[in-house]
Amino acid sequence: MIWVDTVAQGILLGGLYALFAAGLSLVFGIMRLVNLAHGDLIVVGAYLILLLVTLLGLPPFLAALVAMPLMFALGWGLQKFLLNRTLGDDILPPLLVTFGLSIVFQNALLEGFSADSQRLPTDALTTASVAIGPLNLGVMPLLTFASAVAVIVGLNQLFYRTSLGRAFRATSDDPVTASLMGIKPASIFATATGIALIIVTIAALYLGLRANFDPNIGPARLIYAFEAVIIGGLGSLWGTLLGGIIIGVAQTVGAAINPEWQILAGHLAFLAVLLVRPRGLFPRAND
Amino acid sequence: MTTYAVHTRTRASNAAAILLIGLVAVLVALPFFAGRSTIQDMFFILTMLVLAQFWNLLAGYGGLVSIGQQAFVGMGAYALFAAVILGGLDPVPSILLAGVAALIISIPTAFFAFRLQGAYFAIGTWVIAEVFRLFVAQWKTLGGGTGTSLPRSATKDMWFVDAITVLLDVKSSAARDILAYWLALALALVTIGGIYWLLRTRRGLALAAIRDNTEAAKSVGVDAGRMKWLVFLTSGFGTGLAGGLIYMQKARISPDAAFSVTDWTAYVIFIVVIGGIGTIEGPILGVLIFFALQSLLADFGSWYLMTLGGLAIVIMLIAPRGLWGLISERTGIHLFPIRRRLTGGKLDQLED
Repeated sequence: MIWVDTVAQGILLGGLYALFAAGLSLVFGIMRLVNLAHGDLIVVGAYLILLLVTLLGLPPFLAALVAMPLMFALGWGLQKFLLNRTLGDDILPPLLVTFGLSIVFQNALLEGFSADSQRLPTDALTTASVAIGPLNLGVMPLLTFASAVAVIVGLNQLFYRTSLGRAFRATSDDPVTASLMGIKPASIFATATGIALIIVTIAALYLGLRANFDPNIGPARLIYAFEAVIIGGLGSLWGTLLGGIIIGVAQTVGAAINPEWQILAGHLAFLAVLLVRPRGLFPRAND
Repeated sequence: MTTYAVHTRTRASNAAAILLIGLVAVLVALPFFAGRSTIQDMFFILTMLVLAQFWNLLAGYGGLVSIGQQAFVGMGAYALFAAVILGGLDPVPSILLAGVAALIISIPTAFFAFRLQGAYFAIGTWVIAEVFRLFVAQWKTLGGGTGTSLPRSATKDMWFVDAITVLLDVKSSAARDILAYWLALALALVTIGGIYWLLRTRRGLALAAIRDNTEAAKSVGVDAGRMKWLVFLTSGFGTGLAGGLIYMQKARISPDAAFSVTDWTAYVIFIVVIGGIGTIEGPILGVLIFFALQSLLADFGSWYLMTLGGLAIVIMLIAPRGLWGLISERTGIHLFPIRRRLTGGKLDQLED
């Protein structure tokens, strides 16, 4: 019975990892850009929410809502003024610039907030749990998982039901031809990164509510996000959710055997998938 | 009759070669007149230079941007500690074992990481480095997560230390630093010489062709896959040697320090990017700038890293070939030329 519980916890944890990964997946899908500062941006989001909670006395969920447009603006600006200039055939500039950004964000947070670990204030809701059959599941993990599913459904709706989504897909397929049709790839890219940072804010909210965070945890979040994206297959959002679930289950099962194996088990699951399905479980036709 | 000849040497490179011989002589003799802190600084500079040259070989020439170099530093360092503590070997020859251990783990690393392309390769190497760190942290006989130190008995009787004590009339702790410095100097010279030699051979030409255009290189018969393996394993071995040497000098190890992405990969990337990626001169210039910045800004903690990261971003955007790229573009100087120039015969008449 304990195993069923462990796996259920792992699946719900996978929701958090899918939230970490959805933004990364979105940005890669549209502009083939891997943002090495993605994990640090999640941490930036968590600190922004914390700042709004402490300064304005807002409840965390409302603070996240206020943080969203700010994070969108940050992503839009980053892409428009910095990252767009690195796009091209050479893979070095985007990698090295986002790696530099990662170091800059980490140390800026260290300077501003010190290395002490922080946590968003929790209330009765965040510690509550519900009994589903024989399982006792936390409300917070359930909410995280539901949010991950909602984000992915939302992104799919955006992609296939709106004109912005059509522009995203067109630019992703062929930016030159898309620009002949009156689409400005530079603006599309900026909007996409902005949307990715809205998702990052949602991920940051749950990160901050569920566990302690400090300025140095960004790179590890990037790694989980990356593993989820690769396991799922590049460009597949539902695949990313499944990838997150596989990492989450591997981690909780590993931790149940030996607490020191939690992170290692997640990485090993990733390597195992890489071994048998190098292109992930649901690879896009051409990349 | 027209005769053609292929040259790689230039006037600047001849001058540089003479200067280099003089510089090496000074560096070898340094312990005779410099203080202990200078020797330690030089050790740091030389070992970072070795790491930078190998990362540059990977990323600048092989197109393999790795963020997992700490795997080889850490594994090399731990292999040295294992050889000394568990195997009872002397630390000096154990450095070779450090290289071999790093070479061995670079085989499965390449096997997994080569399944990923470009940026995903980069993060993939990082994940694999994390896996090695987590495994090593389980190694209880070497201190597990908290780490361990080299036993005093091993460091005291290290090879050559007695001879240096007598030769330079210094304490044995200073003699150990001098030994480490000389070894680092030798490693740096062999690294630079070896990479320069590699780039001037047929393999080097193949490597440059792959970097410039993989498909075109394949079409003229270059085995791109084999070259990638060659570069990755070479760089793993060299990085492992440097890792072993660095931790022989530190004499204290922990998984978090030995597998630190900031110390062994971020700094190294910044050195190469700031100095000039894809050149041998770049990392040399880069490590000097890096050291100068560190001496100036080290007291400012996180501001120092922010400056370094910001500088790397600016350089990548406005001068992607780094400072050495700017210099050699303006002046045409190549201290380690690898470009083959055809002269003689009708070409000379054309120039007239």
